[in-house]
Amino acid sequence: MIRIRTLILRRLVGAIPVLAIVSVGGFFLLEAAPGDAVDAYVAGIGGDAQMIDELRQAWGLDRSAAARLGFYLWSLAHLDLGQSVTFSRPVLDVVLERLPNTLLLMGSATALSFSVGSLLGLFAGSRPGNFRDRFLSIGSLALYAVPGFWLGLVLTVIFAVQLRWLPVSGIETIASGKQGVERGLDVARHLVLPVASLGFIYLALYLRVMRAGMAEAWRMDFVLAARARGVPRRRSAVRHVARNALLPLVTMLGLQSAAMLGGSVVIESLFSVPGLGRLAQEAVSARDTPLLLGIILTSAVMVILINLVVDCLYALLDPRVGASEASA
Amino acid sequence: MKTLSRLLRSPEAVAGFALLAGMAAMALLAPLLFPADPLAIAGPPLTPPFETWQHVFGTDRLGRDVLAGLFHGARTSLAVGLAAAAAAIVAGSLIGTAAGFAGGLADEALMRVTDAFQTVPAFLLALAFVSVAGPSLTTVVAAIALGAWTGPARIARAEILSLRERDFVAGARVVGMHPVEIALREVLPNALPPVLALSSVIVAGAVLIEASLSFLGLGDPNRVTWGGMIAEGRTVLRSAPFLSIIPGIALVLTVLGVYLAGEGVVEASAARRSFA
Amino acid sequence: MSTLLEISGLRVRYRSGRSEAEALRGIDLSLSASERVAVIGESGSGKSTLALAIAGLLPRDTLLEGDIRWPGLAHAPRNGKDIGFVFQDPGGTLDPVISVGRQVAEVAEVNLGFSRRRAMDLAAELFERVRLQGTLLHAYPHQLSGGQRQRVGIAAAIAAGPAVLVADEPTSALDTIVQAEIVSLIGRLVRESGMALLIVSHDIALAVAIADRIVVLKDGAVVEAGESAEIVARPRAAYTQKLLAACLTLDETADEGAL
Repeated sequence: MIRIRTLILRRLVGAIPVLAIVSVGGFFLLEAAPGDAVDAYVAGIGGDAQMIDELRQAWGLDRSAAARLGFYLWSLAHLDLGQSVTFSRPVLDVVLERLPNTLLLMGSATALSFSVGSLLGLFAGSRPGNFRDRFLSIGSLALYAVPGFWLGLVLTVIFAVQLRWLPVSGIETIASGKQGVERGLDVARHLVLPVASLGFIYLALYLRVMRAGMAEAWRMDFVLAARARGVPRRRSAVRHVARNALLPLVTMLGLQSAAMLGGSVVIESLFSVPGLGRLAQEAVSARDTPLLLGIILTSAVMVILINLVVDCLYALLDPRVGASEASA
Repeated sequence: MKTLSRLLRSPEAVAGFALLAGMAAMALLAPLLFPADPLAIAGPPLTPPFETWQHVFGTDRLGRDVLAGLFHGARTSLAVGLAAAAAAIVAGSLIGTAAGFAGGLADEALMRVTDAFQTVPAFLLALAFVSVAGPSLTTVVAAIALGAWTGPARIARAEILSLRERDFVAGARVVGMHPVEIALREVLPNALPPVLALSSVIVAGAVLIEASLSFLGLGDPNRVTWGGMIAEGRTVLRSAPFLSIIPGIALVLTVLGVYLAGEGVVEASAARRSFA
Repeated sequence: MSTLLEISGLRVRYRSGRSEAEALRGIDLSLSASERVAVIGESGSGKSTLALAIAGLLPRDTLLEGDIRWPGLAHAPRNGKDIGFVFQDPGGTLDPVISVGRQVAEVAEVNLGFSRRRAMDLAAELFERVRLQGTLLHAYPHQLSGGQRQRVGIAAAIAAGPAVLVADEPTSALDTIVQAEIVSLIGRLVRESGMALLIVSHDIALAVAIADRIVVLKDGAVVEAGESAEIVARPRAAYTQKLLAACLTLDETADEGAL
C-alpha cells in the first residue's frame, strides 16, 4: 500500500514543527514557573549552596535564556525530559510507568463509546424522524451535557456505595496476590466505573455524528440506486448508508483523542487510577513543573500517534483518500 | 422576527432558552436573595435537604447553605463560561483572519501554532497554566480560552480564504482601502456567522472545563463554584450524596440549556437561509 | 406480442410543504415484451417522473393516481429482478466506498440468491458483456471515467436478467463520443437478451436510433405516439415538429462548422 506509506511519511514530517512548537511553549512554561530544575532536584535530595551553584553551571542554567532554550531542546532530542521533583527520578521513567494504565482506560472507553455509539446511531438513523430516532437524539444530547466526573460520582453512589457491585477506586485489589485471568478480571471490575464515566460523553457524541451521517447518506443517489437494483432496505441501511456514515465517525475518533486525554485527568483522579492523568494532577498539587511538562509533551506525542493510526484506518475505509490529498 | 418565531416553534430551543434564562436569573439574583457570604457558616452542618425552610437544599460539612452556593455558583459558572468563550472567539477570529489575509509563510506559521495547540489536550493546558499563574478568576478564564481559540481560528481562516476573492473585497481593494481595514471592515463581519455557530459548543466546553478545574481544587478559592461544591461533597459521599448530586444537576442543566439553545439558533438561521 | 406493461390514466403530483406540482396528467402507455420504446420531451415534461413511477422509485410522499399493471408478469414487479434501471448520473448512483465489481455482484446476490463467489464470477462475465476490462472489477467509482461508470451501471441493471430495462437519460451526463458507444451498447444488450426497453431522452435522434416506437411528452401529457419512422417522417403535433427542427438545425450548424 504505497498510498498508506506516503501518508505515514507525510504525517511524521508534519509532526516535527508541531512538536517543536509544543516544546518551545513548554520551555516558556518552565521559565514562568517559580524555581528552576536545580531547585527541583535539590528539593528532592537536598544539597548546600555550593552544590547548587555547581549544578546550575553543569546544567547550563546560569547562561542566557536563548542558551537555556537550546540546552533544553537538545536534552529533549535525547529523550531527556529532566528530573521530577516529587519522585526524585527522571520524568520519562515516571511517565512511562503510568502510561499503560491510561492507554488501557482510554482504549476501553474508546471501544465502548465507538461501538455502542455507532450501533445506537445506526439504530436511530435507520429510519430518520421516527419515535426511536427522536428519543435517542434527545437522550444523547442530555447525556452529552453530563460532565464525566459528576457521572462518575453518581455511578459510584449507585453501584459502589449502595449496591456494592463494584469497587470504589484503584486499578486492582491491593496485595490480593491474584494472577493471570483472575487478575485481569479484577482489573476489569475496577475499570468499569472509570471507563463508563470517561466514555459516556463520547458515546453520546458518536451516536449523534452517526445519526446525522446516516440521515445525510439516505438522501444520496446511490441509496436510491441500490433500491432500484433490488437491495432490501435493511441491507442498504447497513452496507451502503451506515458504511458511508461511518467515515466522519472515524475522523472524530482522531479529533477526540486530545479531549479524552484531558478528560482522563479528572476521571483518573476521581477513581485513583494510577495513570498519566492522575500523575498530572499530582504534579500540579506538588508544583512539580518538569513532571507536568513531561506529561504534556508525552500527551502531544500520543495525540499525534493516535491521529496517525486513525488516518491510516480512514484511508483503508475510504478508497478516495489518495496520497496526494492526504495532507489536506 | 421570522427567525425568532421559527425559534419559538421548536420545543427544544424553547426549553434551552428557558433553562438559560433560569440560570441567568439565579446568577443575577444571587446577591439580592443571598446577601450573606456563601462561603460563611449559615447553620448546623450536614442538614439534609427539604427539612427546614431555612436551608431548602440542606447544608454542607461546614454548615454552608447549599442553595446559596448554587445561586452564587451560577454567577461563577456563567461568568467564566461566557468570558472564556468570548475571549476564545475574539482571539481565534483575529488570528484566523490574520492568517487567511497574510497568506504565505505567516499563514503557514500561524497554522502550525494552531496545530500545536490542538495537539496538547486543552484540559492539560489549562491545568498547567493555572498551576503556574495561580488560581484566580482571570487566570481560569485565560487558561480555558488558551485551549479553545483554535476552532474559531480555523473556521475564520477558511471563511476568509473563500471570501477574499469575492467581488466586494476586490471592490474595496480597487477603491484603495488598506488591507487591515478591508480585513476588519469588509471580510471579518461576513466570516463571523459560521464562527458564532460554534459558540454554543465553546461556551458549554468552557463551563465544563471550569467545573473540572474547580473540582480538582484549581478554581478561584474566594468564590463558590459548582465544581468545588461537588468536590466538597465527595468527602461525605456515603452519608450525604446530595451534596455532590445537587450542584451537578445545576451543571448538567446549564450545559444542556446552552446546547439546546445553540442548536435551535443554528437550525432557525439555516432554515431562514434555505428559504431565502 | 404479449403485453408486458400497461399504464392507464397515470397522474403524479409532487408535494413540497403545502404546495403541489403536477408532473404527469393522465398518461396511457403500453409496452410489449421485447419492445423498445423511447419517451422523449424537454426537461420538465415529466419523462423522468414516468420512468421512476414505472420502477416504483418515486419519493414516499408523492401522490399517484391511475394504474400501472404488469400483465406480462405473474407477480408484482421486483426491482432489479424484473426491472433493471439505468440512471442519468453514473457517478452519484454508485457507492463511493465499495468496489464496482462488488456492487454489480450484490445485485445477483440479493436477487438470484447467488453466493458471494458465484456472484463475483457473474460480475466478471457481465463486465465482459459491457466491454469493461476484468481488472476494473476491483476498482472504485472515482477511478473510472464517466463512460466506464455508466457501463458499470448498465451491468448492475441487467445482472439479474430483468424483463425490462428502464433507462432514464442514460447518456446526457456523458460527452458525445461516449454517448454513441453507450447507446449502441444498450441496443446490443437488449437485442441479445430479448429484454424490453423503455428509454427516456430529450434527444430525438437517439430515440430514432434505438427505439421501435416513440412517445412524445409535453407538460406531463402525451402529445404524440407512434412508430419511430412514422414520427420522424410525418410529425403531426407542432411540438414534435419543433423538437425535430431543433435536432436538424443542430446538425446543419455542425456541418457548416465542419466546412
